[in-house]
Amino acid sequence: MNATISFDSVLHVVLALVGVAVFVGLNGLLLVYAERKVAGFIQRRPGPYEVGPQGILQAVADALKLIGKQLVRPDRADPLLFWMAPVLAFFPVLLLFLPIPFSPLLTGWDVNLGLLLILAFAGFNVLALLLAGWGSNNKYGLLGAARAVAQSVAYEIPLLLAVLAIAFQEGTLSLSAIVGGQGGMPWQWNIAVQPLAFLIFFVSALGETNRAPFDLPEAESELTAGFHTEYSGMGFGMFFLAEYANMIVACSVCTVLFLGGWKGPFLDGAWWFLAKVYGLLLTMMWFRWTYPRVRFDQLLNLNWRWLLPLGVLNLLATAFVMKL
Amino acid sequence: MASIFRTLADLWSLVVGLGITGKEFCKPGVTVHYPRAEVTPEAAASFRGPIELIGLDKDPAKPKCIACMLCVSACPSNCIAVTRAPTPKPTPEELKAMAEAEARGEKPKKPAPPKAPGTWTYDFSLCSLCGSCVEVCPVDSIGFSHDIYMVGTRREDFVFDQLARLARKAAARKAEPKKAAPEAASAPAPAPETAATPASEA
Ligand code: SF4
Ligand code: SF4
Repeated sequence: MNATISFDSVLHVVLALVGVAVFVGLNGLLLVYAERKVAGFIQRRPGPYEVGPQGILQAVADALKLIGKQLVRPDRADPLLFWMAPVLAFFPVLLLFLPIPFSPLLTGWDVNLGLLLILAFAGFNVLALLLAGWGSNNKYGLLGAARAVAQSVAYEIPLLLAVLAIAFQEGTLSLSAIVGGQGGMPWQWNIAVQPLAFLIFFVSALGETNRAPFDLPEAESELTAGFHTEYSGMGFGMFFLAEYANMIVACSVCTVLFLGGWKGPFLDGAWWFLAKVYGLLLTMMWFRWTYPRVRFDQLLNLNWRWLLPLGVLNLLATAFVMKL
Repeated sequence: MASIFRTLADLWSLVVGLGITGKEFCKPGVTVHYPRAEVTPEAAASFRGPIELIGLDKDPAKPKCIACMLCVSACPSNCIAVTRAPTPKPTPEELKAMAEAEARGEKPKKPAPPKAPGTWTYDFSLCSLCGSCVEVCPVDSIGFSHDIYMVGTRREDFVFDQLARLARKAAARKAEPKKAAPEAASAPAPAPETAATPASEA
């Protein structure tokens, strides 16, 4: 990067951050609605239905309710950690969107180490969950936080291995360059070359974003709500938004790495990128309403005994082929 | 090694699961938007309402029940109370026959108590609709009702004299034999017998 950071580029990044915040907020509403509709349709219910036509305003009403609620802190909770956690969960996520190339023109900050930036800042999320669980002074919160840490640390490794395989293959950590290395047709995407890496990445992403069937940190039936048991109002809202934002980031990175990013069979552009991201998000919802939650030992078994060895083998094979 | 292959083969079940939920996703919903849409008798038939007695085929006003008391002991919440019908007083002829039999030194043939319930009460306010009674009844005399409109404002409204209810239902069915087939789900619930004096509460 240049040593002198011009005023223009700073302005660009700030504008991008504002845009990302709007994007995340709107998508939070949209995804909550979509999630509940998907759940409803899979169970042959209508889902949200009463607020607005087809319940389209339900998410807005819920958001207003969350904003309007009183913020309550448990008596013995640590005030600093307790309030820091939701902030720490939400704001770093916004940074994750910066290097993502929505289209050739629509990129917040095209850094050549974009992938590294995302992986590094994604680590904040687990810290936030840990602080939330610890600061709440609640046993369910603490258990949820402990699970979150064990899970995130474990699933980060196969995730990295899958990402590395692509980075080896493309020889770059810049997301735009990775998209540039793929073609428009589905068989020119990296998923055709690296199907195993894609599978490992997607499963690990589910684990990283605490999505069902790996939603143990907030397992409702065992831990009431896990790490965010004590949060109400916008404290809870921030965690919620952060969770959905993390899902979007995971799906975006997946799209960039494996599905050709903004490239499509015709008319390349941001619409292809968004279509693929929403497709992946819908798949995540589909998973959630299909699979039961795994036990914690199963979760770790899956990671250490399957994903990790497979990821290592895949990486070695990739390195070997690239050397040839 | 074998276990690895078995695990990989078992992965197929994940795809099967996705297929099932995917198929259900595409089917139309089954929810009835009640106040806006009418509940069809077919939809109401899937409703497991308070249990009711089932009548004999030839005399629908009389329950199939043989007063075996199995349901009383099977019910985990003690909702059901059944008493046997009283033994009928012997007629003068029977009395005479008994006396003659005794005179001959034989055992007199006393009239046996009838295999039918005298009272059959059910407290819906205790019932968890577990279905144990439905399952245990040896003559299939108990079933779930499909009355989705039942309401009450007092606890006593939910204590049913099932014999009276059955008789009332049979009479109603006789009155309009055509329409009665699907449980008359859209008809308002018959007033529970215990709510004879609803005004006293008001
Ligand atoms: S359904 Fe269960 S709880 Fe209700 S009366 Fe029958 S046995 Fe008792
Ligand atoms: S189990 Fe059936 S036959 Fe026996 S008392 Fe109950 S209803 Fe009557």
